[in-house]
Amino acid sequence: MKIQLGEWAVSGNRVDAAEVELAIEARSLVKRFDDFTAVDGIDISVPKGAIYGILGPNGAGKTTTLRMLLGIIDPDSGTRRVLGSDRPTDVARRIGYLPEERGLYPAMKATDAIAFLAALRGVPLAQGRRKGRELLEAHGLGYAADRQIRQLSKGMAQQVQLLGTLVHEPDLVIFDEPFSGLDALNQGKLERTIRELAARGTTVIFSTHVIAHAERLCDQVAIIAGGKVPFAGPVDAARDRLRPQVRLETRAADGPWRAALPADARHEGAFWYFTLPESGIEPLLRALIEGEAGILSLSIERAGLHDAFVAIAGEAAARALADSASEAAQGASAKGGRR
Amino acid sequence: MWPEKLRAAFVVARRDFVAVIFSKTFIFFLLGPLFPLVVGALAGTIGAQVQRDLDNPVVGVAMPAHQGDRLVMARNAMADRMAGRVPDFVVLDRLRDGETFDARAELAKGSGVAAVVTGTLDAPVLTGPQERLGAWEGMVSTFAARARTASPTAFPEVRGEVVGTTVASQRNGRVATAQGGQVLLFLLTMLLAGMVLSNLVEEKGNKIIEVLAAAIPMDALFLGKLFAMLAVSLVGIAVWGGAYGALVLAGMRSMPDLAAPAVGWPAFLLLGFLYFAMAYLLLGSLFLSIGGMATTVREVQTLSMPVTMMQLMVFFFASFALARPGTWIEWAAILFPVSSPFAMIARAAQHDALLPHLVALGWQGLWVLLIVRMGAQLFRRTVLKSGAGGRPARRGLLALIRKPA
Repeated sequence: MKIQLGEWAVSGNRVDAAEVELAIEARSLVKRFDDFTAVDGIDISVPKGAIYGILGPNGAGKTTTLRMLLGIIDPDSGTRRVLGSDRPTDVARRIGYLPEERGLYPAMKATDAIAFLAALRGVPLAQGRRKGRELLEAHGLGYAADRQIRQLSKGMAQQVQLLGTLVHEPDLVIFDEPFSGLDALNQGKLERTIRELAARGTTVIFSTHVIAHAERLCDQVAIIAGGKVPFAGPVDAARDRLRPQVRLETRAADGPWRAALPADARHEGAFWYFTLPESGIEPLLRALIEGEAGILSLSIERAGLHDAFVAIAGEAAARALADSASEAAQGASAKGGRR
Repeated sequence: MWPEKLRAAFVVARRDFVAVIFSKTFIFFLLGPLFPLVVGALAGTIGAQVQRDLDNPVVGVAMPAHQGDRLVMARNAMADRMAGRVPDFVVLDRLRDGETFDARAELAKGSGVAAVVTGTLDAPVLTGPQERLGAWEGMVSTFAARARTASPTAFPEVRGEVVGTTVASQRNGRVATAQGGQVLLFLLTMLLAGMVLSNLVEEKGNKIIEVLAAAIPMDALFLGKLFAMLAVSLVGIAVWGGAYGALVLAGMRSMPDLAAPAVGWPAFLLLGFLYFAMAYLLLGSLFLSIGGMATTVREVQTLSMPVTMMQLMVFFFASFALARPGTWIEWAAILFPVSSPFAMIARAAQHDALLPHLVALGWQGLWVLLIVRMGAQLFRRTVLKSGAGGRPARRGLLALIRKPA
């Protein structure tokens, strides 16, 4: 399954055309529940080996999209191709999945829980137990190998489930809101795990409503809002939707150089802020120098993913995204408090 | 695809089986049905004499001179030491030299004796129905040997004379066997199939259902759960059957006096096992599908009563059909999937043809797969709807009965 990267021109970005092998290709996926359209014709292309984020607020259709990609539910219309198969369940052995609502059988021992998850994906039980024990040892949880899940802390149980998700060395790992409910330490651990997976050539796709995670980790993102995907492609391409911002500090308060500033320039404190002109920075610099501005500092800041999200999905979606992140953070701290 | 599904089903079945068998509550599950059995056995021991007086079968004795009296005395002396129920022996006639006794006429006139011993203590003749001869020949030989000497070293051979039962009485006997088979099948499935109802609640409660749904086909999950609970049921039946057998051997219980089924006991028992498995899988798959819609234990409890009523209706239907052989009602009971095992076990008691059972087992197996398939589809459509943060989806049973807002 190969496509031209130029297909991402839907995002309006110039991308060098090159052939990329896709782990996931979804076209015009639609899913309705009764009178509610959860996913409304989305297109997603996930290159092999990429870290791909699905970014959107709660209720945007992230989980439904992931469930369709996994074959847990079928789309009402549209096509999906996962690891070369039109039926995701046929390649389930090559996929690892960590759902948002995590859980294991409480009476199972940690090793057995990992072995069970591995067995579901076709790994013989004895081999799963052995690998499970090795993984627990490697992650500093060896002492918990023979403890029942109900005897572990929530964080440890989540780690056991994560190991169970990866024990069969899948080619594609799908995480649904993997960072929700994790403390900062475990969020960092998970980020490292995701990077290690990608470094080994595993395709990682995760949903999140926290822009920072997507921005730090992802090669590519799909921005989803109201069941639609207004943008899908490289993170840089999303940022490039907005012109970079220039911050200028000058010695001279006024002078002929002022005429060189773009129309949107605004003065705040000691700085001038404006959008980088289409003509680029060099003509502007020349005009500033010739106009004796006395440049003290000048920085060009690329738009962040948050700004790009606002520009692409709209203010309302951005507010919903912020609310989702805030709710999740409150939920996590409440859970942490209860424990 | 099916080998993969069966493999996945086996993974789920193994997990469930181990989880149930090694749970502390399983011991209560095993002990539950044993309570009435043990209590019944104890009550039976206390009231054994009463029972013997009331309904113990009677063997008539007609032997020369006082040989009959000696046989009865030997029986009375040994009865308490014999395993199982020992029939009463009553002297019908003390024969003089050259005098004979017509045992068949005695049995035919319906005097109440179940069999008649004639001949001599050295060469006793036992006349009666086939099933009586099989059960009592050894006993008569023992009593005769004891009647001859206090410390017998040799046991006379008993010659059996079978009294042919009439077609009508044979049919009645087999109807009783058919009813017995149906009742046993019903009791076991009612006792065990209900467990399946709550089987998916654990996965939903643990939130592991989504991991399972992503890893294996949903019908493999359903099949795995059914097979696990069937295996648990068979463990239960083996324990209960073993306990009953032990009580029989200990003389605290007796085997029921049932006419031999038309297909013979070995085939009948094998078919009974297979039809139990099918009845369990059919009702179990239905209950699993219904129970899969429930989201809480309370919903499952609410479902238990209508489900039990449904089982009762199926049983009554099959029983009703039993009394109407050859009619469309019997055919309906045979063809209707959930009543089919009950109707067919009754048929095995009454008709000796085996081929229809192969067809019926295939038919029932097909329906198991169909129900599992439909149940799995329904589960996917109604339960795994939306993410935790999304629009609150109507999950569970309410999703089926409420109209969209």
